[in-house]
Amino acid sequence: MALLEAQNVTKSFGGLTAVNNVSLTVERGSIVSVIGPNGAGKTTFFNVLTGIYKPDHGSIIFDGASIAGQRPDQITRQGIARTFQNIRLFNNMTAIENVLVGMHARLSAKMWQIIFQSPSVRAEEPRARARARELLKFVGLEGRYDELAKNLPYGDQRRLEIARALATEPKLILLDEPTAGMNPQETLEATRLIQRLRDELGLTVILIEHDMRVVMTISERISVLDYGEKIAEGKPEEIRANARVVEAYLGRGATAGD
Amino acid sequence: MGTTSLPNSPFAALNRGLLAYVALTAYIVVTSALMLMNTRTSLGTDVLFILFLLSFLLLYRAKVSNGYKLALGAIMLIGVVPYFGTMNAYYIELAIQAGIFVALALGLNVVVGFAGLLDLGYVAFFAVGAYLWGIFSTDQIGLISPGASPVSSQLFYLFMALGLFLGAFFGVLLGLPVLRLRGDYLAIVTLGLGEVIRVLAVNLDRPINITNGSQGIKSIARPPLPDFLRALFPGLNDPQLYQLFIYALALLVVGLTVLTVFRLKNSRIGRAWEAIREDETAAVAMGIPLVRMKLMAFAVGASFAGVMGVLFAAKQQFINPPTFDLIRSIGILAMVILGGMGSIPGVILGGVLVTLLDLQILPRIATELSALKRQGVVIPDWFDPAQYQRALFGLLLIIMMIFRPEGILPDQRRREEAHATEEQEALVEVETGEAKPA
Repeated sequence: MALLEAQNVTKSFGGLTAVNNVSLTVERGSIVSVIGPNGAGKTTFFNVLTGIYKPDHGSIIFDGASIAGQRPDQITRQGIARTFQNIRLFNNMTAIENVLVGMHARLSAKMWQIIFQSPSVRAEEPRARARARELLKFVGLEGRYDELAKNLPYGDQRRLEIARALATEPKLILLDEPTAGMNPQETLEATRLIQRLRDELGLTVILIEHDMRVVMTISERISVLDYGEKIAEGKPEEIRANARVVEAYLGRGATAGD
Repeated sequence: MGTTSLPNSPFAALNRGLLAYVALTAYIVVTSALMLMNTRTSLGTDVLFILFLLSFLLLYRAKVSNGYKLALGAIMLIGVVPYFGTMNAYYIELAIQAGIFVALALGLNVVVGFAGLLDLGYVAFFAVGAYLWGIFSTDQIGLISPGASPVSSQLFYLFMALGLFLGAFFGVLLGLPVLRLRGDYLAIVTLGLGEVIRVLAVNLDRPINITNGSQGIKSIARPPLPDFLRALFPGLNDPQLYQLFIYALALLVVGLTVLTVFRLKNSRIGRAWEAIREDETAAVAMGIPLVRMKLMAFAVGASFAGVMGVLFAAKQQFINPPTFDLIRSIGILAMVILGGMGSIPGVILGGVLVTLLDLQILPRIATELSALKRQGVVIPDWFDPAQYQRALFGLLLIIMMIFRPEGILPDQRRREEAHATEEQEALVEVETGEAKPA
């Protein structure tokens, strides 16, 4: 059974239908891309999946349970994590604290236990910190634990956002333009990191991405949105050859260049 | 407040190695001794008292072992202050007031400093605690439910616990309608809710007399004086013993408050509050239940005010609505901001400083000016020093916010936030400066 099954999802704001009747099925352990021109509704679709917006119509089944209309924190608890198009770290917290915030739902300390420093709290806190350091190491931020998020270089902020998302212990991770604003070297490293999320951690990945090299290299399937509607879905080579996609998004140069 | 920049000052040399121990101990011993030798209320004693209080700040900044700090601090708080207080009641009253407001400021700091929810009606929870004990420990309860008699003053401690829970309950109650609001809107609504509580206190003398309206509630019971205190200090009279007793209770509540706030701050819950303050959307996306965490901040903050309200009512033995007006809320907020939002030592300092300014320093300046006037120094008639006290306070706040917006002892991060705009401006200057030659 697929990990995520979104069916006929629609979301409008006043007269504008940002996401129109979009369906998406994501198999466990796959890397799937959602592409489309600016304003096609990709981020809105992510926001619907993660509960920031409630869908007007449609169903979203994640891991066998309906999540449509649930609150973002409830959806995160069930195993969907995300990063943001415009990095949204907790800027004035350190790298490790950012990751610890991500662990919030997976830690159990209750207020009374914290006030009385119960043994469980005293054991949990160092464990959480150790785990946070592991995650930071995994994304390549070893030794930068105590740096304020806002003082990290741009590429590292993107990595930190992924580490923070991983801290929520997701099954599915949604990456919103993870390589935006990166130079070719950084893009390459980010691409490798995304592949490791699946290969080493066994996660399922959905990404929104504009860099076609990244999309074509790592996606197993691609969905194309335009004006809020899904106009194509398929393997990278199918999408590359799809006339409607080329017209809507890639432009004439893309096929000519190949 | 030059001492706050100790590491960079000429005194830095005194704050190293063994010399730090000697200098610190000498300062504390000298100021304590001088203060204990000058017990008459006067300008001189005021100055000595403030110099003595400064030693807590030195203690905080000194590079000596934590055990030594703790021991010295305990001697001063449990020994010197109460001993001095038995010789001059005015100063222990000052210390009690400072303690009450430190606890309130720490409570408000949870809401404003940690969770970033600007609350202008905080004093309402203080009022709730005060009225709780005020009503139940006096004949007022008989007016509400005919035949009921006041509870025994033995139950005071139980009511402190009840004050905690009632404060938390009201915190949630007032928090619920403002959950969706942020920033300015939140401030206005909490201001309104705070005023509602005060107006209720004024007007709930009809149809059933619950609060006794603007008359306030008189002869509120004090907790019974423990026998061991009498036995321990046979030389002291009852009023002195009572002041020591209330001082000890206030100190205990402040101590527990500091401990609680400190532990919460460095926990999963404190981090969640901070995340909400930084970016709500990102915080929920990380699995933080916004509603629950915000209500928890309101409840925790309000609970300290509830407990202190009960103690305050017992100490004053009289409460009336004007005690709980908007200015009081703003005063507590000023303590938080002046000391350093989010910083526990900062907020403690802010609480003590504003209380001292309010009750000691500014009135003292006014009396001294009046005395000068009587001696023939020309001060124009329209300038009544007593009337201008608050203006001076306002001026201090303005100067403070211009030159040290992050507060006196800021949380490290807040300091960065407060100066972020400066950095940005500096960056712009650098960029434009470089752009010109190119």
